[in-house]
Amino acid sequence: MDRRRFLQTSVLGGGGLIIGISLTGCSKSSDKVQTRGVGGQPNAWLRIGGDESITIIIDKCEMGQGVFTALPMLIAEELDVTLAAIRVEFAPAGKEYTNTLLGAQLTGASTSVREAWTKLRTAGAQARAMLVGAAAEQWQVDAATLQLEDGAVVGTDGQRATFGQLAQAASSRTPPKSARPKDRSAYALIGKPQPRLDTPAKVDGSSVYGIDIRLPGMKYAALAQSPTLGGKALAVDSSAAAKMPGGVRIVTVGSGIAVIADHYWQACVARDALKITWDAGPNAGLNNAKILAGLKAAGGTPQSARKEGDLSAAMLTAKRQVTAAYELPLLAHAAMEPINCTADAKADGCDVYVGTQSQQFAQKSVATALGLKPEQVRIHTQMVGGSFGRRLEVDFIPAAAEASRAIGAPVQVIWSREDDMTHDLYRPPAYDVATAAFDTNSALSAFQLKLTSPSISARTFPAAVEKHVDRFAVEAAANYLYDVPNVSIEYLQHEVGIDVGYWRSVGHSLNCFVVESFMDELAHVAGKDPFEFRRSLLEKQPRAKRVLEEVASRSGWGRAAPGHHHGIAVMEGYGTYVAQVADISVVDGKMQVHKITCAVDCGQMVNPKIVESQVTSGIIYGLSAALWGEVTLANGKVRQTNFDNYRVLRLNDTPELEVHLIESSEAPGGIGEPSTAVVAPAVANALFTASGKRVRALPFASQQGLV
Amino acid sequence: MTTLNVNGQTLATDASLETPLLWVLRDHLGMTGTKFGCGKALCGACTVHVDGSATRSCVTLLGAVAGKDIRTIEGLSKDRSHPVQRAWIELDVPQCGYCQSGQIMAATALLQQNPTPTDAEIDSAMSGNICRCGTYPRIRAAIHRAAELIKTSGAA
Repeated sequence: MDRRRFLQTSVLGGGGLIIGISLTGCSKSSDKVQTRGVGGQPNAWLRIGGDESITIIIDKCEMGQGVFTALPMLIAEELDVTLAAIRVEFAPAGKEYTNTLLGAQLTGASTSVREAWTKLRTAGAQARAMLVGAAAEQWQVDAATLQLEDGAVVGTDGQRATFGQLAQAASSRTPPKSARPKDRSAYALIGKPQPRLDTPAKVDGSSVYGIDIRLPGMKYAALAQSPTLGGKALAVDSSAAAKMPGGVRIVTVGSGIAVIADHYWQACVARDALKITWDAGPNAGLNNAKILAGLKAAGGTPQSARKEGDLSAAMLTAKRQVTAAYELPLLAHAAMEPINCTADAKADGCDVYVGTQSQQFAQKSVATALGLKPEQVRIHTQMVGGSFGRRLEVDFIPAAAEASRAIGAPVQVIWSREDDMTHDLYRPPAYDVATAAFDTNSALSAFQLKLTSPSISARTFPAAVEKHVDRFAVEAAANYLYDVPNVSIEYLQHEVGIDVGYWRSVGHSLNCFVVESFMDELAHVAGKDPFEFRRSLLEKQPRAKRVLEEVASRSGWGRAAPGHHHGIAVMEGYGTYVAQVADISVVDGKMQVHKITCAVDCGQMVNPKIVESQVTSGIIYGLSAALWGEVTLANGKVRQTNFDNYRVLRLNDTPELEVHLIESSEAPGGIGEPSTAVVAPAVANALFTASGKRVRALPFASQQGLV
Repeated sequence: MTTLNVNGQTLATDASLETPLLWVLRDHLGMTGTKFGCGKALCGACTVHVDGSATRSCVTLLGAVAGKDIRTIEGLSKDRSHPVQRAWIELDVPQCGYCQSGQIMAATALLQQNPTPTDAEIDSAMSGNICRCGTYPRIRAAIHRAAELIKTSGAA
């Protein structure tokens, strides 16, 4: 990818330097970057102004994962400035902001730092070289003698020029291709805990999320959507609703019926007064039992995600075979900020204010709905109040634009919590069968997984799964870590009638539970300690082995307190290695999770403080799901509606969490998601040790009286 | 018109008396620091103080709070100097930050009633406030830290 990237500069009004990065420089002319962007500059990533401002353009969204701080650190490091000197802006939608790991402008798959790592440090190094070069030319000295200090270039004879003073001269220089980011040994910021840049505005209510956007003349809308997933309105009697206070207007949009009023509460009250006849559609009889039965009976030819050795031969000669089947439920994202979008449709296009992980798809969705060109839709990315994959979807975006166009004023559409819970794109359910064999020497000789679930990517990126197995469906399975000679990992796509979506850690959250529960079963069958059994099979995976050993040592593995029991699990995901030990007790059949100890090797850390936050965040998110998370359908309608019947972890439910971060100079791995997936099997394995009960279907709450 | 006392100011609104205080604050008065999370007093994102008590504004009707003293996140301090805000900054509590106005208002009300809460008292007082990012360990630590700051500064 580096070869395809070159840096561009231009003069900023007022004498500044803009550094851009082109991802399409060497490609076909039809691929050329469009002349849009920040400050009139295409593909801008960094602006140094004559007023000494240093602005970093963030192509991602900030949903709590810390890009607002971690990405500026990469450039601040190269410019030798403090993090506090940096200003941050969100990028517009644009091809120039394509996430090179995902092929579109997306915030997801724990790629934010991984993708920015080389790109932004190189941009910073180039800017540094150009500022230094400009100073060297002015002072007629060797650039190698100059240093950066507090936003200025300084010479050995007391010369000093600020970045702002040098910016214009620097902008006329050619970006040196030789500029290389700093060596690890020279890091002043990277790898050291730094305060988050977004914290101050998040403690006084001034941080603006999508739902906080206020535009002159803006109206609010509540949306009536088919209670049965996939249904549609046959007839709408709006006579009562239209008479409600607030200048109520009723507009049919693609996703339902928008009820628009001066204020949101008025819109909600009027929505409840609509009398709608629904056509329940094809899911009228859908429920969870049917979904599970469908997954179990699914036919067709599975796709192979990995095949090594000769599985059949190993099974034939096995001394012992073990098989187990696992079931995973549908899950809702339940982010704190309810789904919302604000749009202002005008004669020349449409402005859209939204917290989104998918700026380009958001742009396309509005362009399609309004019959505009994508470039006529201007996406203004807002702070995101949690997402976990939900805002990768753009299902909720066009309604605001359609409503705005219909009434000729800006409209903010807000989903209630009930709308959000009942119209999510849920995590896929899965039915997975694991089989293993021990040979005549009692060594684990074969490992087989048959995974069956609907495919998210078949809907969102059909081209990507046309010829290849859906890589998101086989995460934490295709990269099975253990040294076993005969391995077969197969995936069978089976659709279940409703669309499914990316949920924090995606396939990992399904498959890690299966693999790590089953490995535990195998350890017990083999009569071995679950930690030692795993460790003995990880000789070729030193990083996995290291986190496993670290977590065992830190948790006091094998020395659980009286009445307490330990369970262990390990995983690689997003280039990051995570191991966890759960400490639980079971009293009168009721399980309590006391503590989760976690060891993580995510390669080079940028901000260890945020890394730790994300690890604990993932554990808490994953534990909520493991204990209670389950979306159930009755006649195609989701039964969970709010936090009373979709229970999530609260402060008083939260176990003690202990995180150990392993220093590493390996390339950065993703950190937003992997810890999410590991906690469920760690707890399940502890439960087996405690009670002899093997839970193969989540959540734990589906076991009567357990939690 | 209904008159409200918000953060020491007298404000008038034409919202109907059945309108939840949350929407009066956010939509009628333009104070968006108080957040909508669930609409059913289940998550605490909308927590404000009414006469000093932590109150879920999403289920508190305008008619019930006219004439009462309402405090929102915007009124906690002018410059993030309230000990709870200082502790929150010091420990970098927020992630997405959306629930934090409610968390901070709940924590502030707790500390006003109980300046030195134990972990169990914090658990009990804060159990109504959901954080999906899972900032709970730092929330607990920050409440203890705020308690220290209050003790040393004598302010609350």
